[in-house]
Amino acid sequence: MVWTRKDLLGLEHLSKEEIKFILSTAESFKEVSKREIKKVPALRGKTVVNLFYEPSTRTRVSFEVAAKRLSADVINISAESSSIKKGEALIDTGKNIQALKADIIILRHNCSGAAVLLAQNVDLSVVNAGDGWHEHPTQALLDIFTLHEKFGRIEGLNISIVGDISHSRVARSNIWGLTKLGAKVTICAPQILIPPAIEEMGVSLTSDLDDALKNADAVNVLRMQFERDEQKAFPSQIEYFKNFGITQDRLKKAKKNILVMHPGPLNRGIEISSEVADGNHSVILEQVTNGIAVRMAVLFLVAQGREKK
Amino acid sequence: MSADFREKSKIMDSEAMDRTFARLAHEIIEKNKDFEDSLCLIGIRTRGVYVAQRINSHIEKIIGKKIPFGVLDITLYRDDLTLVGPGPIVGKTEIDFDLAGKRVILVDDVLFSGRTIRAAMDELIDFGRPRIIQLAVLIDRGHRELPIRADYVGKNIPTALQDTVEVRLSDIDGQDEVVVLEKV
Repeated sequence: MVWTRKDLLGLEHLSKEEIKFILSTAESFKEVSKREIKKVPALRGKTVVNLFYEPSTRTRVSFEVAAKRLSADVINISAESSSIKKGEALIDTGKNIQALKADIIILRHNCSGAAVLLAQNVDLSVVNAGDGWHEHPTQALLDIFTLHEKFGRIEGLNISIVGDISHSRVARSNIWGLTKLGAKVTICAPQILIPPAIEEMGVSLTSDLDDALKNADAVNVLRMQFERDEQKAFPSQIEYFKNFGITQDRLKKAKKNILVMHPGPLNRGIEISSEVADGNHSVILEQVTNGIAVRMAVLFLVAQGREKK
Repeated sequence: MSADFREKSKIMDSEAMDRTFARLAHEIIEKNKDFEDSLCLIGIRTRGVYVAQRINSHIEKIIGKKIPFGVLDITLYRDDLTLVGPGPIVGKTEIDFDLAGKRVILVDDVLFSGRTIRAAMDELIDFGRPRIIQLAVLIDRGHRELPIRADYVGKNIPTALQDTVEVRLSDIDGQDEVVVLEKV
Protein backbone atom coordinates (compact mmCIF):
# COMPACT_ATOMS: atom_id res chain seq x y z
CA MET A 1 0.00 0.00 0.00
CA VAL A 2 1.09 3.59 -0.61
CA TRP A 3 0.54 6.27 2.04
CA THR A 4 -0.81 9.46 0.43
CA ARG A 5 -2.19 11.58 3.30
CA LYS A 6 -0.37 14.74 4.36
CA ASP A 7 -2.21 14.83 7.71
CA LEU A 8 -3.26 12.50 10.49
CA LEU A 9 -6.45 13.99 11.92
CA GLY A 10 -8.22 10.96 13.37
CA LEU A 11 -8.87 7.27 12.89
CA GLU A 12 -12.51 7.67 11.86
CA HIS A 13 -11.66 8.31 8.21
CA LEU A 14 -8.72 5.93 7.88
CA SER A 15 -9.17 2.56 6.20
CA LYS A 16 -8.28 -0.69 7.93
CA GLU A 17 -5.31 -0.97 5.52
CA GLU A 18 -4.03 2.49 6.41
CA ILE A 19 -4.18 1.73 10.14
CA LYS A 20 -2.35 -1.57 9.60
CA PHE A 21 0.25 0.20 7.46
CA ILE A 22 1.01 2.72 10.23
CA LEU A 23 1.33 -0.13 12.74
CA SER A 24 3.67 -2.18 10.56
CA THR A 25 5.78 0.91 9.81
CA ALA A 26 5.96 1.56 13.57
CA GLU A 27 7.32 -1.96 14.12
CA SER A 28 10.34 -1.06 12.01
CA PHE A 29 10.83 2.20 13.91
CA LYS A 30 10.80 0.50 17.30
CA GLU A 31 14.25 -0.90 16.64
CA VAL A 32 15.77 2.58 16.24
CA SER A 33 15.20 3.38 19.93
CA LYS A 34 17.14 0.26 20.92
CA ARG A 35 20.31 1.38 19.11
CA GLU A 36 23.26 2.95 20.83
CA ILE A 37 22.85 6.00 18.57
CA LYS A 38 19.08 6.47 18.65
CA LYS A 39 18.82 8.60 15.54
CA VAL A 40 18.21 8.16 11.83
CA PRO A 41 18.45 10.90 9.19
CA ALA A 42 15.00 10.39 7.62
CA LEU A 43 13.57 13.85 8.49
CA ARG A 44 16.83 15.81 8.42
CA GLY A 45 16.16 19.42 7.48
CA LYS A 46 12.46 19.21 8.38
CA THR A 47 10.97 21.43 11.08
CA VAL A 48 8.30 20.08 13.42
CA VAL A 49 6.26 22.51 15.53
CA ASN A 50 4.51 21.28 18.68
CA LEU A 51 1.55 23.67 18.99
CA PHE A 52 -0.14 22.95 22.31
CA TYR A 53 -3.23 24.85 23.52
CA GLU A 54 -3.65 22.53 26.51
CA PRO A 55 -1.15 21.40 29.11
CA SER A 56 0.53 18.14 28.15
CA THR A 57 3.75 16.50 29.16
CA ARG A 58 3.78 12.97 27.88
CA THR A 59 2.27 13.53 24.45
CA ARG A 60 4.40 16.58 23.74
CA VAL A 61 7.60 14.94 24.97
CA SER A 62 6.79 11.75 23.07
CA PHE A 63 6.33 13.68 19.82
CA GLU A 64 9.47 15.68 20.52
CA VAL A 65 11.53 12.54 21.14
CA ALA A 66 10.06 10.91 18.01
CA ALA A 67 10.85 13.92 15.81
CA LYS A 68 14.38 14.22 17.19
CA ARG A 69 15.10 10.53 16.62
CA LEU A 70 14.21 11.20 12.98
CA SER A 71 16.67 14.16 12.95
CA ALA A 72 13.95 16.82 12.56
CA ASP A 73 14.25 20.18 14.32
CA VAL A 74 11.56 20.69 16.95
CA ILE A 75 10.00 23.91 18.19
CA ASN A 76 7.58 23.91 21.13
CA ILE A 77 4.83 26.51 21.41
CA SER A 78 2.47 26.40 24.35
CA ALA A 79 -0.54 28.69 24.44
CA GLU A 80 0.15 29.78 27.98
CA SER A 81 3.43 31.46 27.13
CA SER A 82 2.83 32.76 23.60
CA SER A 83 0.97 35.40 21.60
CA ILE A 84 -2.01 33.05 21.52
CA LYS A 85 -2.75 34.60 24.91
CA LYS A 86 -3.16 37.93 23.12
CA GLY A 87 -6.04 36.46 21.14
CA GLU A 88 -4.48 35.27 17.88
CA ALA A 89 -6.80 32.94 15.94
CA LEU A 90 -5.70 29.34 15.29
CA ILE A 91 -5.62 29.79 11.51
CA ASP A 92 -3.44 32.91 11.82
CA THR A 93 -1.06 31.07 14.11
CA GLY A 94 -0.94 28.23 11.57
CA LYS A 95 -0.22 30.59 8.67
CA ASN A 96 2.56 32.24 10.64
CA ILE A 97 4.14 28.85 11.30
CA GLN A 98 3.81 28.10 7.59
CA ALA A 99 5.54 31.41 6.77
CA LEU A 100 8.44 30.19 8.94
CA LYS A 101 8.72 27.30 6.45
CA ALA A 102 8.03 24.61 9.01
CA ASP A 103 6.87 21.23 7.69
CA ILE A 104 4.70 19.57 10.32
CA ILE A 105 2.42 21.01 13.03
CA ILE A 106 1.47 18.76 15.91
CA LEU A 107 -1.69 20.28 17.36
CA ARG A 108 -3.24 19.79 20.78
CA HIS A 109 -6.39 21.89 21.17
CA ASN A 110 -9.35 22.03 23.53
CA CYS A 111 -11.90 22.38 20.69
CA SER A 112 -13.15 19.33 18.81
CA GLY A 113 -12.41 19.76 15.10
CA ALA A 114 -9.46 22.14 15.57
CA ALA A 115 -7.03 19.85 13.73
CA VAL A 116 -9.34 19.49 10.72
CA LEU A 117 -9.83 23.28 10.56
CA LEU A 118 -6.08 23.90 10.69
CA ALA A 119 -5.31 21.22 8.08
CA GLN A 120 -7.79 22.80 5.67
CA ASN A 121 -6.10 26.17 6.00
CA VAL A 122 -2.39 25.39 5.79
CA ASP A 123 -0.22 23.41 3.36
CA LEU A 124 1.80 21.92 6.20
CA SER A 125 1.20 18.45 7.52
CA VAL A 126 -1.04 18.50 10.59
CA VAL A 127 -0.97 15.73 13.18
CA ASN A 128 -3.80 15.75 15.70
CA ALA A 129 -2.42 15.29 19.20
CA GLY A 130 -5.89 15.53 20.75
CA ASP A 131 -8.78 17.86 19.90
CA GLY A 132 -11.42 18.43 22.58
CA TRP A 133 -13.52 15.32 23.11
CA HIS A 134 -13.11 14.26 19.49
CA GLU A 135 -9.99 12.21 18.67
CA HIS A 136 -6.45 11.44 19.83
CA PRO A 137 -5.32 9.17 17.02
CA THR A 138 -1.69 8.54 18.02
CA GLN A 139 -2.73 7.47 21.53
CA ALA A 140 -5.16 4.94 20.08
CA LEU A 141 -2.54 3.75 17.59
CA LEU A 142 -0.01 3.14 20.35
CA ASP A 143 -2.66 1.32 22.40
CA ILE A 144 -3.49 -0.88 19.42
CA PHE A 145 0.23 -1.36 18.65
CA THR A 146 0.78 -2.56 22.24
CA LEU A 147 -2.18 -4.96 22.01
CA HIS A 148 -0.91 -6.31 18.69
CA GLU A 149 2.56 -6.81 20.13
CA LYS A 150 1.14 -8.78 23.07
CA PHE A 151 -1.52 -10.85 21.29
CA GLY A 152 -0.18 -11.00 17.72
CA ARG A 153 -3.59 -9.94 16.41
CA ILE A 154 -6.44 -7.50 17.01
CA GLU A 155 -9.26 -9.33 15.27
CA GLY A 156 -11.48 -11.16 17.73
CA LEU A 157 -9.99 -9.61 20.87
CA ASN A 158 -12.36 -8.42 23.59
CA ILE A 159 -11.33 -4.97 24.72
CA SER A 160 -13.07 -3.08 27.51
CA ILE A 161 -12.70 0.66 27.89
CA VAL A 162 -13.54 1.82 31.40
CA GLY A 163 -14.05 5.34 32.67
CA ASP A 164 -15.03 8.78 31.56
CA ILE A 165 -16.12 7.97 28.01
CA SER A 166 -18.05 11.15 27.35
CA HIS A 167 -15.04 13.45 27.81
CA SER A 168 -12.58 11.06 26.22
CA ARG A 169 -10.99 11.53 22.81
CA VAL A 170 -8.80 8.52 23.63
CA ALA A 171 -11.93 6.37 23.91
CA ARG A 172 -13.32 7.60 20.58
CA SER A 173 -10.11 7.03 18.64
CA ASN A 174 -9.69 3.60 20.24
CA ILE A 175 -13.25 2.63 19.32
CA TRP A 176 -12.76 3.68 15.68
CA GLY A 177 -9.44 1.88 15.38
CA LEU A 178 -10.29 -1.30 17.28
CA THR A 179 -13.65 -1.88 15.59
CA LYS A 180 -12.15 -1.32 12.13
CA LEU A 181 -9.55 -4.00 12.91
CA GLY A 182 -12.20 -6.44 14.12
CA ALA A 183 -11.97 -6.28 17.92
CA LYS A 184 -15.07 -6.41 20.09
CA VAL A 185 -15.23 -3.29 22.23
CA THR A 186 -17.16 -2.90 25.47
CA ILE A 187 -17.63 0.47 27.11
CA CYS A 188 -18.03 0.60 30.88
CA ALA A 189 -18.84 3.79 32.75
CA PRO A 190 -21.34 5.37 35.11
CA GLN A 191 -24.50 6.22 33.14
CA ILE A 192 -23.79 9.92 33.36
CA LEU A 193 -20.39 9.53 31.67
CA ILE A 194 -21.70 7.57 28.68
CA PRO A 195 -22.40 9.86 25.71
CA PRO A 196 -25.73 9.42 23.89
CA ALA A 197 -25.81 7.13 20.84
CA ILE A 198 -22.34 5.68 21.49
CA GLU A 199 -23.72 2.23 20.56
CA GLU A 200 -23.88 3.47 16.96
CA MET A 201 -20.08 3.22 16.94
CA GLY A 202 -20.48 -0.56 17.20
CA VAL A 203 -19.71 -1.10 20.89
CA SER A 204 -21.47 -2.86 23.76
CA LEU A 205 -22.39 -0.94 26.88
CA THR A 206 -22.41 -1.78 30.54
CA SER A 207 -22.27 0.00 33.87
CA ASP A 208 -21.16 -3.12 35.72
CA LEU A 209 -17.37 -3.35 35.95
CA ASP A 210 -17.35 -7.10 36.69
CA ASP A 211 -19.38 -7.60 33.55
CA ALA A 212 -16.88 -5.55 31.52
CA LEU A 213 -13.89 -7.47 32.89
CA LYS A 214 -15.37 -10.96 32.66
CA ASN A 215 -14.33 -11.79 29.06
CA ALA A 216 -11.86 -9.00 28.40
CA ASP A 217 -8.42 -9.72 26.93
CA ALA A 218 -7.43 -6.19 27.89
CA VAL A 219 -8.91 -3.29 29.78
CA ASN A 220 -8.05 0.26 28.83
CA VAL A 221 -8.55 2.39 31.95
CA LEU A 222 -9.28 6.04 31.27
CA ARG A 223 -8.35 8.86 33.55
CA MET A 224 -11.18 10.57 35.42
CA GLN A 225 -10.93 14.03 33.88
CA PHE A 226 -12.05 16.17 36.78
CA GLU A 227 -10.71 19.27 35.00
CA ARG A 228 -13.26 18.73 32.22
CA ASP A 229 -16.17 17.91 34.51
CA GLU A 230 -17.57 21.42 34.71
CA GLN A 231 -21.04 20.30 35.80
CA LYS A 232 -19.52 18.29 38.66
CA ALA A 233 -21.36 15.28 37.30
CA PHE A 234 -19.48 12.94 39.53
CA PRO A 235 -19.71 13.84 43.18
CA SER A 236 -17.24 11.57 44.87
CA GLN A 237 -13.86 10.12 43.92
CA ILE A 238 -14.19 7.49 46.62
CA GLU A 239 -17.49 6.35 45.20
CA TYR A 240 -15.98 6.19 41.72
CA PHE A 241 -13.08 4.08 42.94
CA LYS A 242 -15.47 1.71 44.73
CA ASN A 243 -17.60 1.10 41.63
CA PHE A 244 -15.20 1.59 38.71
CA GLY A 245 -11.65 1.50 40.09
CA ILE A 246 -9.47 -1.34 38.77
CA THR A 247 -8.11 -3.27 41.75
CA GLN A 248 -6.47 -6.65 42.31
CA ASP A 249 -9.75 -7.95 43.75
CA ARG A 250 -11.62 -6.98 40.60
CA LEU A 251 -8.99 -8.61 38.39
CA LYS A 252 -9.37 -11.92 40.25
CA LYS A 253 -12.67 -12.34 38.42
CA ALA A 254 -11.11 -11.54 35.02
CA LYS A 255 -9.07 -13.65 32.58
CA LYS A 256 -5.75 -14.73 34.08
CA ASN A 257 -3.64 -12.88 31.51
CA ILE A 258 -5.73 -9.73 31.17
CA LEU A 259 -3.68 -6.68 30.16
CA VAL A 260 -4.23 -3.39 31.94
CA MET A 261 -3.61 -0.25 29.91
CA HIS A 262 -3.84 3.43 30.81
CA PRO A 263 -3.06 6.46 28.63
CA GLY A 264 -1.72 8.43 31.62
CA PRO A 265 -1.40 10.47 33.67
CA LEU A 266 -2.57 8.10 36.41
CA ASN A 267 -4.92 9.08 39.19
CA ARG A 268 -3.86 6.39 41.63
CA GLY A 269 -6.66 5.39 43.95
CA ILE A 270 -9.35 6.86 41.69
CA GLU A 271 -9.55 4.85 38.47
CA ILE A 272 -6.77 2.38 39.24
CA SER A 273 -5.09 1.09 42.39
CA SER A 274 -1.34 1.41 42.76
CA GLU A 275 -1.08 -2.35 43.12
CA VAL A 276 -2.56 -2.85 39.64
CA ALA A 277 -0.76 0.07 38.02
CA ASP A 278 2.60 -1.34 39.16
CA GLY A 279 1.59 -5.00 38.91
CA ASN A 280 2.28 -7.66 36.32
CA HIS A 281 -0.91 -7.11 34.30
CA SER A 282 0.09 -3.52 33.62
CA VAL A 283 1.66 -2.53 30.29
CA ILE A 284 1.38 1.19 31.02
CA LEU A 285 5.09 1.97 30.63
CA GLU A 286 5.40 -0.21 27.52
CA GLN A 287 2.67 1.98 26.04
CA VAL A 288 4.91 4.98 26.60
CA THR A 289 7.84 3.29 24.85
CA ASN A 290 5.67 2.16 21.95
CA GLY A 291 4.31 5.70 21.62
CA ILE A 292 7.67 6.85 20.31
CA ALA A 293 7.77 4.23 17.54
CA VAL A 294 4.17 4.97 16.54
CA ARG A 295 4.77 8.72 16.43
CA MET A 296 7.99 8.27 14.45
CA ALA A 297 6.02 6.26 11.90
CA VAL A 298 3.27 8.90 11.74
CA LEU A 299 5.71 11.80 11.31
CA PHE A 300 7.63 9.90 8.63
CA LEU A 301 4.46 8.97 6.73
CA VAL A 302 2.81 12.40 6.78
CA ALA A 303 6.09 13.97 5.64
CA GLN A 304 6.13 11.49 2.71
CA GLY A 305 2.46 12.17 2.04
CA ARG A 306 3.09 15.90 1.86
CA GLU A 307 5.94 15.45 -0.66
CA LYS A 308 3.55 13.52 -2.88
CA LYS A 309 1.02 16.39 -2.96
CA MET B 1 7.78 -6.40 -13.24
CA SER B 2 5.62 -3.81 -14.93
CA ALA B 3 4.41 -4.50 -18.45
CA ASP B 4 6.69 -2.02 -20.22
CA PHE B 5 9.85 -4.10 -19.64
CA ARG B 6 10.85 -7.22 -21.55
CA GLU B 7 13.59 -9.76 -20.97
CA LYS B 8 16.67 -8.93 -22.99
CA SER B 9 18.98 -11.69 -21.81
CA LYS B 10 19.47 -14.26 -19.08
CA ILE B 11 22.81 -13.77 -17.38
CA MET B 12 22.87 -16.59 -14.83
CA ASP B 13 20.90 -19.72 -14.05
CA SER B 14 20.62 -21.40 -10.68
CA GLU B 15 23.75 -23.57 -11.12
CA ALA B 16 25.87 -20.61 -12.12
CA MET B 17 24.53 -18.66 -9.17
CA ASP B 18 25.33 -21.39 -6.68
CA ARG B 19 28.89 -21.73 -8.02
CA THR B 20 29.27 -17.98 -7.73
CA PHE B 21 28.02 -17.92 -4.13
CA ALA B 22 30.55 -20.64 -3.30
CA ARG B 23 33.38 -18.72 -4.98
CA LEU B 24 32.44 -15.50 -3.17
CA ALA B 25 32.48 -17.40 0.14
CA HIS B 26 35.97 -18.74 -0.61
CA GLU B 27 37.25 -15.30 -1.57
CA ILE B 28 35.85 -13.77 1.61
CA ILE B 29 37.51 -16.42 3.77
CA GLU B 30 40.80 -16.12 1.88
CA LYS B 31 40.94 -12.36 2.22
CA ASN B 32 40.01 -12.47 5.92
CA LYS B 33 42.21 -15.44 6.81
CA ASP B 34 43.12 -15.56 10.52
CA PHE B 35 40.32 -13.09 11.33
CA GLU B 36 37.33 -15.44 11.15
CA ASP B 37 36.47 -14.66 14.78
CA SER B 38 35.65 -11.06 14.01
CA LEU B 39 33.97 -11.73 10.66
CA CYS B 40 30.25 -11.01 10.21
CA LEU B 41 27.81 -10.78 7.30
CA ILE B 42 25.15 -8.11 6.84
CA GLY B 43 22.63 -8.28 4.03
CA ILE B 44 20.85 -5.23 2.65
CA ARG B 45 17.07 -5.53 2.33
CA THR B 46 15.45 -6.98 0.32
CA ARG B 47 17.44 -9.29 -1.96
CA GLY B 48 20.82 -8.61 -0.40
CA VAL B 49 19.59 -10.55 2.63
CA TYR B 50 18.95 -13.70 0.59
CA VAL B 51 22.25 -13.36 -1.29
CA ALA B 52 24.00 -13.00 2.08
CA GLN B 53 22.24 -16.12 3.41
CA ARG B 54 23.46 -18.17 0.43
CA ILE B 55 27.02 -16.95 0.84
CA ASN B 56 26.74 -17.54 4.58
CA SER B 57 25.80 -21.20 4.17
CA HIS B 58 28.93 -21.75 2.05
CA ILE B 59 31.11 -19.92 4.59
CA GLU B 60 29.74 -22.12 7.38
CA LYS B 61 30.67 -25.22 5.38
CA ILE B 62 34.19 -23.94 4.76
CA ILE B 63 35.09 -22.82 8.28
CA GLY B 64 32.79 -25.22 10.14
CA LYS B 65 31.09 -22.63 12.33
CA LYS B 66 28.47 -19.90 12.30
CA ILE B 67 29.34 -16.23 12.03
CA PRO B 68 27.10 -13.34 13.17
CA PHE B 69 24.47 -12.40 10.59
CA GLY B 70 22.51 -9.17 10.38
CA VAL B 71 19.91 -7.45 8.22
CA LEU B 72 20.04 -3.80 7.23
CA ASP B 73 17.13 -1.69 5.96
CA ILE B 74 18.49 1.55 4.49
CA THR B 75 15.19 3.32 3.75
CA LEU B 76 15.66 5.92 6.50
CA TYR B 77 19.17 6.73 5.22
CA ARG B 78 18.30 7.21 1.55
CA ASP B 79 19.33 10.47 -0.11
CA ASP B 80 16.33 10.36 -2.45
CA LEU B 81 13.47 9.96 0.07
CA THR B 82 11.70 12.98 -1.40
CA LEU B 83 12.12 11.77 -5.00
CA VAL B 84 11.10 8.14 -4.81
CA GLY B 85 7.65 6.99 -5.57
CA PRO B 86 5.50 5.23 -4.70
CA GLY B 87 5.87 5.55 -0.92
CA PRO B 88 8.82 3.62 0.45
CA ILE B 89 8.18 0.77 2.87
CA VAL B 90 10.31 0.96 5.99
CA GLY B 91 11.64 -2.49 6.87
CA LYS B 92 13.29 -3.68 10.07
CA THR B 93 17.00 -3.49 10.69
CA GLU B 94 18.13 -6.49 12.74
CA ILE B 95 21.67 -6.37 14.07
CA ASP B 96 21.76 -8.05 17.47
CA PHE B 97 25.52 -8.09 17.93
CA ASP B 98 28.12 -5.40 18.58
CA LEU B 99 29.75 -4.06 15.39
CA ALA B 100 32.68 -2.43 17.15
CA GLY B 101 35.94 -4.00 15.94
CA LYS B 102 34.16 -6.35 13.53
CA ARG B 103 35.12 -7.15 9.93
CA VAL B 104 31.78 -6.52 8.26
CA ILE B 105 30.99 -8.06 4.89
CA LEU B 106 28.16 -5.96 3.51
CA VAL B 107 26.16 -7.88 0.91
CA ASP B 108 23.79 -6.71 -1.83
CA ASP B 109 22.41 -8.26 -4.99
CA VAL B 110 23.24 -5.57 -7.57
CA LEU B 111 25.77 -2.74 -7.39
CA PHE B 112 24.61 0.17 -9.56
CA SER B 113 24.82 3.88 -8.61
CA GLY B 114 26.47 3.14 -5.26
CA ARG B 115 23.91 5.23 -3.37
CA THR B 116 22.47 2.25 -1.49
CA ILE B 117 25.97 1.33 -0.30
CA ARG B 118 26.62 4.93 0.83
CA ALA B 119 23.40 4.82 2.87
CA ALA B 120 24.27 1.37 4.25
CA MET B 121 27.72 2.48 5.40
CA ASP B 122 26.28 5.55 7.14
CA GLU B 123 23.78 3.36 8.95
CA LEU B 124 26.37 0.73 9.92
CA ILE B 125 28.64 3.35 11.43
CA ASP B 126 25.73 4.58 13.58
CA PHE B 127 25.75 1.10 15.14
CA GLY B 128 29.39 1.22 16.18
CA ARG B 129 32.85 1.40 14.65
CA PRO B 130 33.57 -1.66 12.56
CA ARG B 131 37.26 -2.51 12.02
CA ILE B 132 36.68 -2.90 8.27
CA ILE B 133 33.70 -2.84 5.94
CA GLN B 134 34.02 -4.88 2.74
CA LEU B 135 31.42 -5.10 0.02
CA ALA B 136 30.23 -8.27 -1.73
CA VAL B 137 27.72 -8.15 -4.60
CA LEU B 138 26.37 -10.79 -6.92
CA ILE B 139 26.23 -8.42 -9.92
CA ASP B 140 28.15 -5.23 -10.70
CA ARG B 141 26.38 -3.48 -13.56
CA GLY B 142 28.45 -0.26 -13.64
CA HIS B 143 27.14 3.34 -13.89
CA ARG B 144 28.48 4.45 -10.50
CA GLU B 145 27.45 7.89 -9.24
CA LEU B 146 29.68 7.77 -6.14
CA PRO B 147 33.29 6.67 -5.58
CA ILE B 148 32.38 3.18 -4.36
CA ARG B 149 33.63 -0.24 -5.48
CA ALA B 150 33.01 -3.82 -4.42
CA ASP B 151 35.66 -6.08 -2.85
CA TYR B 152 33.96 -9.25 -4.11
CA VAL B 153 31.99 -9.38 -7.37
CA GLY B 154 30.04 -12.39 -8.61
CA LYS B 155 29.79 -11.15 -12.17
CA ASN B 156 30.43 -7.89 -14.00
CA ILE B 157 27.75 -7.10 -16.57
CA PRO B 158 27.96 -4.22 -19.01
CA THR B 159 24.50 -2.66 -19.19
CA ALA B 160 22.73 0.28 -20.77
CA LEU B 161 21.76 2.87 -18.18
CA GLN B 162 18.04 2.42 -18.84
CA ASP B 163 18.18 -1.39 -18.52
CA THR B 164 17.13 -3.13 -15.32
CA VAL B 165 19.03 -6.04 -13.80
CA GLU B 166 16.87 -8.42 -11.80
CA VAL B 167 18.32 -10.94 -9.42
CA ARG B 168 15.62 -13.51 -8.71
CA LEU B 169 15.94 -15.85 -5.75
CA SER B 170 13.89 -18.93 -5.06
CA ASP B 171 13.20 -17.75 -1.48
CA ILE B 172 10.93 -14.96 -2.73
CA ASP B 173 10.76 -15.17 -6.54
CA GLY B 174 10.17 -18.89 -7.05
CA GLN B 175 13.45 -19.56 -8.88
CA ASP B 176 17.12 -18.60 -9.03
CA GLU B 177 18.18 -16.55 -12.07
CA VAL B 178 19.63 -13.23 -13.13
CA VAL B 179 18.08 -11.43 -16.11
CA VAL B 180 18.53 -8.11 -17.86
CA LEU B 181 15.30 -6.33 -18.77
CA GLU B 182 14.99 -3.54 -21.31
CA LYS B 183 12.34 -0.89 -21.77
CA VAL B 184 9.91 -1.69 -24.59
